[in-house]
Amino acid sequence: MSILRRIRNKLTRSKLEQEIDAEIRSHIEMRIADSVASGVSAEAARRDALIRFGNQMAMRERMTEEDAGMVWDALGRDLIYAARQLRRTPAFLMTALVTMILAIGANVVVFSVLNALILRPLDVPGSARLYNVVHKQSGYDNQSYPDYLDFKTRNTTFREVAAYRLQNAGLTAGNAVYHSWYCRVSGNYFDMLGVQPAQGRVFHASDEHGPNSAPYIVLSDDFWRGRLGADPAIVGTTVHINKHPFTVIGIAPAAFHGSDVFLWPDFWMPMVDSPDDEGTNFLSNRGMHNLWILGQLAPGVSPKQAEENLNAIAQEMARQNPADDDLSARLVKPGLLGDALGGPVRAFVAAIMLLAFLVLLAACANLASLFAARTADRSREVAIRLAIGSSRWYVLRQLLCEAVLVSALGGTLGTIFSAALLRGLTRWQPFPEFPIRVAVSPDAGVYLVGLLLSVGSGLLWGLVPLRQVWTTNFTQVMKSGSTGMLVFQRFSFRDLLLGIQIALCTLLVTASFVALRGMQRSLHAPLGFQPQGVLLAQTDLHMGGHSDRSAPLLQKHMLEETRRIPGVTAAGIIDETPLGTGGSSTTVFRMGTTDFRPSNSVFAAKFFSISPGYLEAAGTRLLSGRDFTWHDDAEAPHVAIVNETFIRGMFGDQAALGMSFLMGQIPYQIVGVIEDGKYDSLTETPRAAMFFPLEQNPDSDTSLVVRMQLPLAEIVPELREALARIDPALPFVFHTWSDALAFVLFPARVATATLGVMGLFAAMLAVTGVFGMAMYSVSKRFKEIGIRVALGAQSIQLMRAALGRPVAMLLLGSAVGLLLGAIASQLLSQIVYQATPRDPVVFAGVMVTMVALGLLATWIPAQRTLRVHPARLLREE
Amino acid sequence: MLAIPSCLGVGCAAVARKDLQGSLDLLVLKTLSQMGELHGYGIVLHIQSASDELLSVEEGSLYPALHRMEMSGWIRSEWKLTETNRKAKYYRLTGAGQKELQRAEKNFEQLVKGIRAILRYA
Repeated sequence: MSILRRIRNKLTRSKLEQEIDAEIRSHIEMRIADSVASGVSAEAARRDALIRFGNQMAMRERMTEEDAGMVWDALGRDLIYAARQLRRTPAFLMTALVTMILAIGANVVVFSVLNALILRPLDVPGSARLYNVVHKQSGYDNQSYPDYLDFKTRNTTFREVAAYRLQNAGLTAGNAVYHSWYCRVSGNYFDMLGVQPAQGRVFHASDEHGPNSAPYIVLSDDFWRGRLGADPAIVGTTVHINKHPFTVIGIAPAAFHGSDVFLWPDFWMPMVDSPDDEGTNFLSNRGMHNLWILGQLAPGVSPKQAEENLNAIAQEMARQNPADDDLSARLVKPGLLGDALGGPVRAFVAAIMLLAFLVLLAACANLASLFAARTADRSREVAIRLAIGSSRWYVLRQLLCEAVLVSALGGTLGTIFSAALLRGLTRWQPFPEFPIRVAVSPDAGVYLVGLLLSVGSGLLWGLVPLRQVWTTNFTQVMKSGSTGMLVFQRFSFRDLLLGIQIALCTLLVTASFVALRGMQRSLHAPLGFQPQGVLLAQTDLHMGGHSDRSAPLLQKHMLEETRRIPGVTAAGIIDETPLGTGGSSTTVFRMGTTDFRPSNSVFAAKFFSISPGYLEAAGTRLLSGRDFTWHDDAEAPHVAIVNETFIRGMFGDQAALGMSFLMGQIPYQIVGVIEDGKYDSLTETPRAAMFFPLEQNPDSDTSLVVRMQLPLAEIVPELREALARIDPALPFVFHTWSDALAFVLFPARVATATLGVMGLFAAMLAVTGVFGMAMYSVSKRFKEIGIRVALGAQSIQLMRAALGRPVAMLLLGSAVGLLLGAIASQLLSQIVYQATPRDPVVFAGVMVTMVALGLLATWIPAQRTLRVHPARLLREE
Repeated sequence: MLAIPSCLGVGCAAVARKDLQGSLDLLVLKTLSQMGELHGYGIVLHIQSASDELLSVEEGSLYPALHRMEMSGWIRSEWKLTETNRKAKYYRLTGAGQKELQRAEKNFEQLVKGIRAILRYA
């Protein structure tokens, strides 16, 4: 009932106030009348009556405050007043707004990525119980198909276990050929993930009856709409994949793009089927690790129980099969291609989130000191308000309102900007040739976090003047001018804030310098080949319906045609380029080994198939021995060219040329030794690699490496024409080798760009922070400086007095930040090539940057100090 | 023995501040129950005279208290003319106010009893 009255009061507020006024008036008049009747003069009676009432305004406020609903009214009033106050100080408003936009924007973007890649579960039913099964050794995530079957049939802890692998192929629908990436999945894959087709049907475990028994594919909605024009008649028709017929049996729902966050395959095919002649060999080969296992835990089973169960099975399998010698199992969260990619991505995104949060903290520290200075400047206003009866809580609430208003406004703008950025990021396909997308569209959770962060940080820096307001002694302030609040202590809270802020900024600047330097180094790192001036033409001969066995003949033909083109200085073929996306490794053994368990091997070496002339075309240095010739064919003895690390690991310091080793129980003789190179990533430690002649180890994957003198635009058409003469149906991808390295440089590029932006934000915050502090410090000591000038102080003494403290904080903060940066860079070294802050260039770079920032920030305050005119200043006072 | 001064110094001050408002409510409610209908100025005068000038109500506290009690439904108000033909807001007790008065009186008596007991003991 009283709620109704309160609402009515709220609606008729001015009426209520009028009523209160009338009541007070009548009261006062009655008292005056009584006093006059008892003989007091009318004037004295009025004065007495008014005094008895005290502060009418305060009383009326207290009366209206009795309504809970009124608090909102008061808040509205506070907000309007806050807006007016802020408009009066546009410099502060703009600084605070820009700071908050940057800080909140950075946090929203990073949080959104974190949310999309790590926090948000896969968009399938029961995703909380899904796990990838990988090996215990980190970075070793792939499993073999027979191992998968054993895990699947023997376990007692999973409801279902599925397998999948990613491959590419040429899909011919009608007259068009599409270079497609697709997933080969076990028959139970869709059923385990609970995916219902949007059209047609999906395949099931019951469709699998041994190799090549289920020539079906399910198209992704994206591929169907984007490439096939959403043709509804496609279901039930036959398409050709690498020239083999497959039936399109259905279309997946639009929201489903497989079980990995990054990947958007074009279609799904049963694992038992293959568009290549040799494509099902792996189904019976326990040593070929090329698929991911994805399992869904049975209800009530913990991941730990499942892991124990799988490890017991792995030991059993190891006893039965020598190839499973060191098999072990570990469960990891799915979505990021197991742990090899997931580990670094999670660590990196978490680290960036931490950095973004540090930027926000630095921004808060920045605004807190600005705000405290602003409050100190308003000490007179605060004192007056306290003197005329405002409570300290009202004054504080007013200040908080200003802080939260600016924060919320800046946060909202920052969130809007970052939402636009994120939408762009979602549309972005970083590599045209790969089905990779970073779907990071913000959801409600992201907006909520943005709002919470802005209001939270507003409260954080808005509460800093709490002590100032609480300890204001208004009589003293009114008496002594503007310095009633304790502005000059030996070491004030604001100094501390500035120090913290500088330290955080230096940390971020250091991190971005380390990343930049690593990036620059990685571009000049010894790769084991010279990518400059090289054109790559890549294809898979399977797409033209050729087999591995017929490949060498075709490849030899290609090389002959290519070398005939004027401007080509060298040409060679390798199956997969080093630092590309493929490449395999296998275990090798010393001569005389009889027990071929993995634990008896010397190491696992990367292996490639190359044509004669590849080494010259790639610019790889042959240290000793010879290159392959076309005489190293299937009939000739098995030969290999290996790198230095291989030699060191296998033979120590002995001369190795002419020695042999065992691979797959076959002896290979070493005929050449080449320099070490990078094969999988720029940050890897040197690893063993071996190269075989194409004719002894044929492969349909073909990368034509063409070293040329002419510009790209002149060579590509001629090369295209030459290759089309050999097989017009073969789709080639042309790019320079430097461009092809984009994929391997991608993590470092992302890291560098992100850290660069963060570092830039941090630098801007440092400048505004030091500038604000120095400016304030100078303005507070104008009078003192004036007196000093009048007494004959030198410029240097003045500067020391005015800017000593901000500069001291700058130096101290930088030192602490550099130390923190050194610690943080340990994290970076996994992603960025040779990341170390001990690099003198990085150290000097950070120092120079901080000094430059300091000079920039203190330049104007210093000028102001030097231009102090004592006479004018003293006159003004 | 040592505990009593500290109680008087800290704890009792807090009780007293809270109770001052309680006692103002009690005084106003009691006044209205005795006098029937009265305006704010009348309440001030009545409390002053009825307490032999011992108690003086501050106007600055009275009106917020009246407003609060009206919001709580203990009293209700009406604009009327005084004997001297002036417009004034008259307050009277409601049923809920009657009950609140009984509760407040009981509380006050207990408080007084308690304080007396302590004084005797000391």
